[in-house]
Amino acid sequence: MDYLFTEEQVMIRDLARQIAEEKIRPVAAEYDESGEFPWPIVKILAESDLCGIYIPEQYGGTGGGVTDLVIATEELSKACGGISLAFAATALGTFPIILYGSEEQKKKFLPDIAAGKKLAAFAITEAEAGSDAGSIKTTAKKDGDSYILNGTKQWITNGGEAEVYTVIAMTDRTKGARGASAFIVEKGTPGFEFGKKEDKMGIRGSATRELIFTDCRIPKENILAREGMGFIVAMKTFDNSRPGVAAQAVGIAQGAFDLALKYSHERHQFGQPISSFQGIQFMLADMATQIEAARALVISAARMVDSGAKNIAGVSAMAKLYASDMAMKVTVDCVQIYGGYGYMKDYPVEKYMRDAKITQIYEGTNQIQRSVIAASLIKSLVKKK
Amino acid sequence: MNIVVCIKQVPETTDVKIDPKTNTLIREGVASIINPFDTYAIEEGVRLKEKFGGKVTVLTMGPPQAAEALREAISVGADEGILVSDRAFAGSDTWVTSYTLAKAIEKLGSVDIILCGKQASDGDTAQVGPGISTHLDIPQVTYVKKIEEIKDETARVERMVEEGFEIIEVPIPCLMTVVKEINEPRLPSLKGKMKARKAEIATWTVNDLDVNKAQLGLDGSPTKVVKIFTPPPRKGGQMLKGEADEIAGVLVDLLKSEL
Repeated sequence: MDYLFTEEQVMIRDLARQIAEEKIRPVAAEYDESGEFPWPIVKILAESDLCGIYIPEQYGGTGGGVTDLVIATEELSKACGGISLAFAATALGTFPIILYGSEEQKKKFLPDIAAGKKLAAFAITEAEAGSDAGSIKTTAKKDGDSYILNGTKQWITNGGEAEVYTVIAMTDRTKGARGASAFIVEKGTPGFEFGKKEDKMGIRGSATRELIFTDCRIPKENILAREGMGFIVAMKTFDNSRPGVAAQAVGIAQGAFDLALKYSHERHQFGQPISSFQGIQFMLADMATQIEAARALVISAARMVDSGAKNIAGVSAMAKLYASDMAMKVTVDCVQIYGGYGYMKDYPVEKYMRDAKITQIYEGTNQIQRSVIAASLIKSLVKKK
Repeated sequence: MNIVVCIKQVPETTDVKIDPKTNTLIREGVASIINPFDTYAIEEGVRLKEKFGGKVTVLTMGPPQAAEALREAISVGADEGILVSDRAFAGSDTWVTSYTLAKAIEKLGSVDIILCGKQASDGDTAQVGPGISTHLDIPQVTYVKKIEEIKDETARVERMVEEGFEIIEVPIPCLMTVVKEINEPRLPSLKGKMKARKAEIATWTVNDLDVNKAQLGLDGSPTKVVKIFTPPPRKGGQMLKGEADEIAGVLVDLLKSEL
C-alpha cells in the first residue's frame, strides 16, 4: 500500500528501517536476554536526527509531528519492540512539554531531547492507580517557590535512564482527578531516586522502573500548565502518544509476519513447502490483511492528530486498541506457523509474541480504550442535541 | 584540509552477470550502491574533516545515475559531489579512468589527501587509486588501516601487509587507498539526507577537463578485453557413506584414479 508519504517521510522510513535492520536486529535477542538498556542504539538514534522528528523546528526538531513519529516507530519495532521503546517512550514523556510547556520550558528541555542527548519518561502509574488517575497517592505540596513531591511511581518506561520526567502528582487530594497536576522533574534532583527494576515478560530491551520521591523539591516553574490540569495534560498526552503505541504494535506484528511468511516458504512437510497448504495460506492472508488495516488506521489517526483536529481521543484510542489486539493475534499465529520451533527461544518469533502483549496493556488498557471510544461517541451524540 | 574521495557506483551484488556478446556487465535489474570499500574512504575523509577542518569533495566518473552515489556520500557528511560524466569516457579501462579522475582532481586545485577504497567490488582491480597518484605524480600508500597522525607536510599511516602492518610516513599531498579495518562507516542522518537531496551535483564533461581527447574512453584504453565469461560453478563433491574401514579403501581408489 502507498500511504502517500512526503519525500521527507520516505527518508525517515528508510533511515529507521536501515537502523533497525543493520543495528537493532542483530542485537535484539541479546538485549531481550540480558534486559540491559540499549545505550549504543540510543546513541545511533541520536546521531540519526530521528529523536527530533516529532518536535517543532524552533526547538531543534524537524517538526514532523505524530505522523513522522509513527512511521519511525513502526520501522524500529519491526526489529525489536523493546529497543524501539527508548525512542517511543521518550515521545510519551515529551508530549506534555510540547502540548502544555511554557516557552521557557520548551526552550529548556526540547532541544536536548530532539538532539537525542536526553531521554524522557512519563510517570502517572502507581501501585494502586493506573487507569484510575483519581486515586494517585503521590503528592506535590507548594512551599514558597517550590513544590515538594512525595510518593512512588511504578512501571515507568525509561525509568532510571531518562533525564527528563513528566510526573503526575496530586496538589489537592480532595478534588480527585481534578486535583492532579503535572510537573517536569529532572534526574539528579535531590530526593528523586529509582527503585525496583522490573523483570518483564517482553519488551525486555526497555527499562521499566520505580520512581521514588522523598521530599523532592522542584522549582515551581516546573509545573506544566497550572495546578489541577494534571489529568487533562495526561489525557491529551495519551491522545497524541497512542498512535505511537499502535505503530509499535504494527511494527511488532509486521516483524513477526515477515519471519513467518519466509519460514512458511522454507519449511517443508509432506514433500512441499507448508506455504502451499491452504490452511497456512489463509492464515498468512488474514494476517497480512489485518496488519494493513491496522497500519491504515494508525496513519490516518496520526494525520488527524497532526491536522489539529479537536476530537482525537476516540480515533487515537481506536488505533491503539485495534493495532494492539491485531498484534497479539498475529504474533500468536506466527508462532503457530513456526510450530514447535516457534516455541523455542532459538528462533526469534516467540519474542515478538511476548513483546506484543504489553501493547494491549500500557498507555491505557484496551478496556480503557473502549471506554474512551464509547465516551467520545456518546459525547458527540450529546453535542448534537 | 582539502580532502578528495574517489568513489565508484557498482551493482549491489557480487554475483554479477555478464553479457557474453558485448563482454560487459549486465546492469539491468540490479540496484546500484557505492562500492563498499569506498564507504570506508568516505568515512575516513569525513573524520579527517571533523578533526582538522576543511572540506570533503567526493568525485566519481560514471553515467548520470552515479550522481545518486554522490548524494549518498553527502548524506554521511561529505560537503560536495562532482560527477565526471560524458559519452567520451565510456568504456574506459583503469588507466584511462585514473587519468581522467587525475585531471578532474587537478581542476579542483589544491588538494591535501586523496582517499580511495582499496578496490571496487565489481572489477576488483585495485588499480584506479594507484593510477591516480601516478598520473598526478604524488606518493601513494595502499591498504591503509589507520591514519595515525597528520602534520603540516607529512602523514603517518599504518598499512596492512600479509603478515602484519607497516608504519609509513608519507609527504602530503598523497593518495591513500583504505581497507575496511580503518573505521566503521556511519549511517546517514536525517539532516544529512535532506542536505543531500538539495545538493547541487556539478557535472564535468570532457570539455571541462584539460585532457588529451585521444587518451579517453574505450579507444584511448590500452586494455582490450578479448573475452569475459562466467566460470562454470564448481560441481558438488561426492559423499562416501559407510564404516570407516570400508570407505577408506574406496577413498584411496578414488584418489588414485583422479591423480
